[in-house]
Amino acid sequence: MASEAHGAETGGLVFHPMDQFIVKPLFGGDTIHWYTVTNVTLWMALSVVAVIGLMVLGTRRRAVVPSRSQSIGELAYGFVYKMVEDVAGKDAIKFFPYIMTLFMFIVMANFLGLLPMSFATTSHFAVTIVLALMVFLTVTIVGFVKNGAGFLGLFWVSSAPLALRPVLALIEIISYFVRPVSHSIRLAGNIMAGHAVLKVFAGFAAIAVVSPLSVVAITAMYGLEVLVAFIQAYVFTILTCVYLKDALHPSH
Amino acid sequence: MATETHEATSHAADAAASAPGMPQLDFSNWGNQIFWLMITLVAIYFVLSRIALPRIAAVLAERQGTITNDIAAAEGLKVKAAEAEEAYNKALADARAQAQAIVAEAKAEIQVELDAAIAKADAEIAAKAAESEKAIAEIRAGALVAVKEVASDTATEIVSTLGGKADVKAVGAAVDTRIKG
Repeated sequence: MASEAHGAETGGLVFHPMDQFIVKPLFGGDTIHWYTVTNVTLWMALSVVAVIGLMVLGTRRRAVVPSRSQSIGELAYGFVYKMVEDVAGKDAIKFFPYIMTLFMFIVMANFLGLLPMSFATTSHFAVTIVLALMVFLTVTIVGFVKNGAGFLGLFWVSSAPLALRPVLALIEIISYFVRPVSHSIRLAGNIMAGHAVLKVFAGFAAIAVVSPLSVVAITAMYGLEVLVAFIQAYVFTILTCVYLKDALHPSH
Repeated sequence: MATETHEATSHAADAAASAPGMPQLDFSNWGNQIFWLMITLVAIYFVLSRIALPRIAAVLAERQGTITNDIAAAEGLKVKAAEAEEAYNKALADARAQAQAIVAEAKAEIQVELDAAIAKADAEIAAKAAESEKAIAEIRAGALVAVKEVASDTATEIVSTLGGKADVKAVGAAVDTRIKG
């Protein structure tokens, strides 16, 4: 459809791999206010629906011998629970609902974004930066509340020679503040790049000679993206656990 | 389709004008996205923390409990089965011992009876043998007297036949020496 419209201008093969990320109002209108219902709203709502479907409707029978959907729900629960327990420690269990929320939202948004014609909400920096900043603020606040000034020991590498410590402290502080940036860009970048590549390959399918190759490439890429969708959710969650461990046990 | 296409194109043009290439860097809609993200996260958090997570935790705990109970019950049954087997073996051994005792008792009883019967029979046999010996002795004594009589009679007859006069006393003495000899 895009190539149709733009074809007249350029008269050839035109790619618009980034068009899929445009935020559009759902019910007409051009201006986007903070309350406007957009495709972002739709796909976020669908991810809530998916979470409810899996974790609430799927487990409604509370069977001792689980059905398929219930065992997937239990699998997700056990997966994140064990991750929090193993990586962040037993005293991090009270953050489990919060971390589970992050994981479920990211994994559902990633998978929903892989549906054809869908909108990948996690490909937007606005979304991932908020997620990462929430983790950053939580970790920082929890760190200071739990350990007081002792949390600053995280930056003071006591095992290093005394002369090196100020330098290391500077590096540690920079790396600490870079965390939310890398944390958010890693997720959005992966999802965005994958979707853009799929779109580029789809653009090549318009040329008859390379279209079989293009279809094969899309299929392979799609498989990879399914993997990436899960792995990025996993990476985001496990990094959250690692940061949380720093806040709870700041000693190096 | 056509109008949509047109709209999309104009949007793309708008986006391209404000943020070349990347809609992600179009900061005008960040507020909108963040607003809806917050609502989404709060919704998911409440659904998970109020309904889903407690429910799954309960189910998992229940399953763990059921498994533990079943294993305990199985162990109890195993112990019971072992006890039953032991009791069975003990009963079997008891029965065997009892049977042996009964057999030994019966054997002893029979032996006593047998001994009594043998003693009785021996006594009877001894009595009969004594009786018979007595009878034989009588018969022998009788026979001896008879032989003496017959011999002396015969000798007297023979002597008389030969024309002699038989001396009873001499004949008797002769017969006696002959019989003894």
